[in-house]
Order: sequence, then C-alpha cells, then structure tokens
Amino acid sequence: MASADELTFHEFEEATNLLAETPDAATTSRSDQLTPQGHVAVAVGSGSSYGAEDEVEEESDKAAVLNRIKGSLLPRPGHNFVRHHLRNRPDLYGPFWICATLAFVLAVTGNLTLVLAQRRDPSIHYSPQFHKVTVAGISIYCYAWLVPLALWGFLRWRKGVRERMGPYTFLETVCVYGYSLFVFIPMVVLWLIPVPWLQWLFGALALGLSATGLVFTLWPVVREDTRLVAMVLLSAVVLLHALLAVGCKLYFFQSLPPEKVAPPPQITSLPSNIPLPPTLPQSMAPS
Amino acid sequence: MAEAEESPGDPGTASPRPLMRDLKAVGKKFMHVLYPRKSNTLLRDWDLWGPLILCVTLALMLQRDSVDSEKDGGPQFAEVFVIVWFGAVTITLNSKLLGGNISFFQSLCVLGYCILPLTVAMLICRLVLLADPGPVNFMVRLFVVIVMFAWSIVASTAFLADSQPPNRRALAVYPVFLFYFVISWMILTFTPQ
Repeated sequence: MASADELTFHEFEEATNLLAETPDAATTSRSDQLTPQGHVAVAVGSGSSYGAEDEVEEESDKAAVLNRIKGSLLPRPGHNFVRHHLRNRPDLYGPFWICATLAFVLAVTGNLTLVLAQRRDPSIHYSPQFHKVTVAGISIYCYAWLVPLALWGFLRWRKGVRERMGPYTFLETVCVYGYSLFVFIPMVVLWLIPVPWLQWLFGALALGLSATGLVFTLWPVVREDTRLVAMVLLSAVVLLHALLAVGCKLYFFQSLPPEKVAPPPQITSLPSNIPLPPTLPQSMAPS
Repeated sequence: MAEAEESPGDPGTASPRPLMRDLKAVGKKFMHVLYPRKSNTLLRDWDLWGPLILCVTLALMLQRDSVDSEKDGGPQFAEVFVIVWFGAVTITLNSKLLGGNISFFQSLCVLGYCILPLTVAMLICRLVLLADPGPVNFMVRLFVVIVMFAWSIVASTAFLADSQPPNRRALAVYPVFLFYFVISWMILTFTPQ
C-alpha cells in the first residue's frame, strides 16, 4: 500500500508545518505528493460520525488505528505524532477504547495480584474489591480528558508568542494523550510478576517511552516560546504522567495487611478486619 | 417495543395471551442465541425483556451471601446493572459512530440477549462452588467461563458484524470482546463467602 512510511520519509519539517497551518492544502515535496485528504478516514467528521465522508481509503481503518498505536510506542525525535501519524485527522476511537482497556486491565490485574498473593500467603484476606473498577475508570478518563484540556487551553493562551506553528486542536491533544497511554497496558500486565525491582524497572521504561512521545510531540509547538515556559510546561507534562503511573502502582498493586497476626505489612492503606493501627508493628504483639 | 401486531379480530383478549406471546418471543430469541445462525429474527423483532431478565438474574446471582463491608464487597447489584447497560449503550454508540447500519435498540437487544451463555455459566459456577473448593473446582469454572465467553462473542458477532462496513469490522468487534470479558471476569472471581 502507499504506506504512511513512504510518505513520512520524504517529508521535511517545513512541509509539515505549512500543512499544519492550512490543513486542506496539498504540498509537494521532492518526489511524492502529500495527499492529506485521501488518507485515514477514521476521523472526527462534523456532527455525529466518527467517519468522515466517503473517501478513497488507502488503508483500512483497523490498520490506521494500529499504525497510530505503533507510532506512539516508538517515538522518534524527528517524527511529530500529530503531524506524521494523525495528519490532522484525529480520531476518538483510539483514545476512548485505550482508556477503557487500561481501566479494566488495571482492575483485573490488581485483582489477580491479590489472588496470587493469597496463594503464597494464605493469611491474606481476599476480596474481589470491585470498587476499584470504578476508581480506575474515573481516574483514567479524567486524566486522559482533563489534562489535554488544560494543556490545550494553556497553549492557546500562549499562542500570541508563537509565529510559525499554530497550537494543536483539542481533539489532537486528546488523541496524543490517549495513544500515549497505550504503553501502560503491557506494563500493567507485566506488573503481575511479583518482583518489586522488576516492577519499578518496567514502570520506568514505560513511563520513559510514553513521556518521550509526549515531549517530542509538544516540542515543536513549545520551542518558540520562552525557555522558561517551555521547560516548565514539559516538566509538568512529564510529572503528571509519572504521577499517574506511580499512583496506579501504589493503589492497585499494594499488598493488603494479613487477617491474623503475621509479619509486618509493607504498604498498608486499606483497613484490615481487625481494629489495629496498621503501621505500628509493636501493636501486633498481644494477639 | 417492536412486538408483533395484535391479531385482527381480537380486540379485547384476556391478558394471558399477549403475555404468552411475549414469553414465546423471548424464548425463541434465546434459542437463536444458543444456536447462532445468520438470521434476522433478533434484529427484526427486537425487544428488551430478555436482556432485562438476564441482567437481573445475573446481578442477583452475583450477590454474595453475607453482607460485607463496602470495601470488601464484590459487585453490588447496581454495579452489575450499570456495567451491563452502560457498556451495551457505549458499544452501540461506538458502532453507530463507525458507520454501522443497525438501529440503537436492535443493537442493545443483540448485546443483551448474548449475555445468555454467560448467565448459564454463572449458574453452573454457583452449582460447582457448592462442592469442595480447590484447584479442580477452579479449573472447571475457568473452562466453563471460557467456553461461554467464546460462545457469547461468536453469537453477537454473527449478528452484529454484518452491519458494519468491512474495513471497520475489527474496530466494532473489539469493544464487544472487552464487554463480555469484563462480565466473564466478574463471574469467574465470584466467591460466595
């Protein structure tokens, strides 16, 4: 197929920036013609459809979504996710269902961790803890929609400082964040392995990949601003992402206090069945 | 509800007749789910009684015997209800946005009826849990749930896949997979105590 890779190889950054300003134009680079219209049709049309008007589809929509996922997994310095993969046609399917999958995978693997922990140590009290599904869902969706909103608002506010490149639209920002969360899904599954340093290693790797993708995407927009603003913005983005990852680890994968007296628990924030203050090892002596 | 029309010439029939007719319609659709073929019956005469019965049954069976504290609990009745109906509505909206030509209630009807295999799995799991707990018990339940999960997916795909344009079929089927996976997970992790 006339693949995205063939076209991206020949694009120069100037061309993509021009394209950003006038999304309906077609620019010609040396050998290939960019065809912004005829490409991905999983798009946000006006009004009520995911899909745009019937266009010639050069690749199936499933391949388009998979392509975007691959693009988010492997960030490359010159390749801006929005320009090269979204091509000004953001879709809502990817972000929405990636968030849903991540929320459910978090709840399921958290539950599984508890089951496996109970296998090893029968004194731990097992319960399905179904409320965690609700917590996971709400927190992931809030992150994936409110943080892009704040980011988009901030970038628009600073728009006056920039000359060349306009800010991304809200949907493009949501799209970038949504696809960047994809790498957390395998990370969460790998967290089933009960080796703590391995878990932190996987977490750091996934966070690195994801945050790098975000930074590479935001850099062209932000670099024309003052250095201070650019640094603060990028650090804030990375920090929020890190907070999400660490929060997930601590909330969904903590070990519960044992039901009866046992060796002192490591991380305890759920109340145990017996009315003991959970973090004082001395108080476990009497029973 | 799109029910069959009143038979002409029977203006004021006694109430058991329409009830029997409705029950028969629901039963017929159950049969269609259990033996999925490409037929239009589920789609043409949709009704939401069947999904309601199935959802209530599933939610009731997922209740635990003892009253636990909030944090210890399995899914509450309302949570199961919300997941099933909210999930079905979301999947329906998704397939409409992807350009499917199935109507809103038809899609809800299909998704609801295809919970039938998982409800049967829940029944079997509850019966199996009456026996001694142990790894064999768990393997049996796991096997039953996996089989019924596959059955649900096959049944719903048989009805829904045709309504999507061919290049978006996988995109429309994935949320259905996620939906039944979550329900299967709730069934598998059910412990009565």
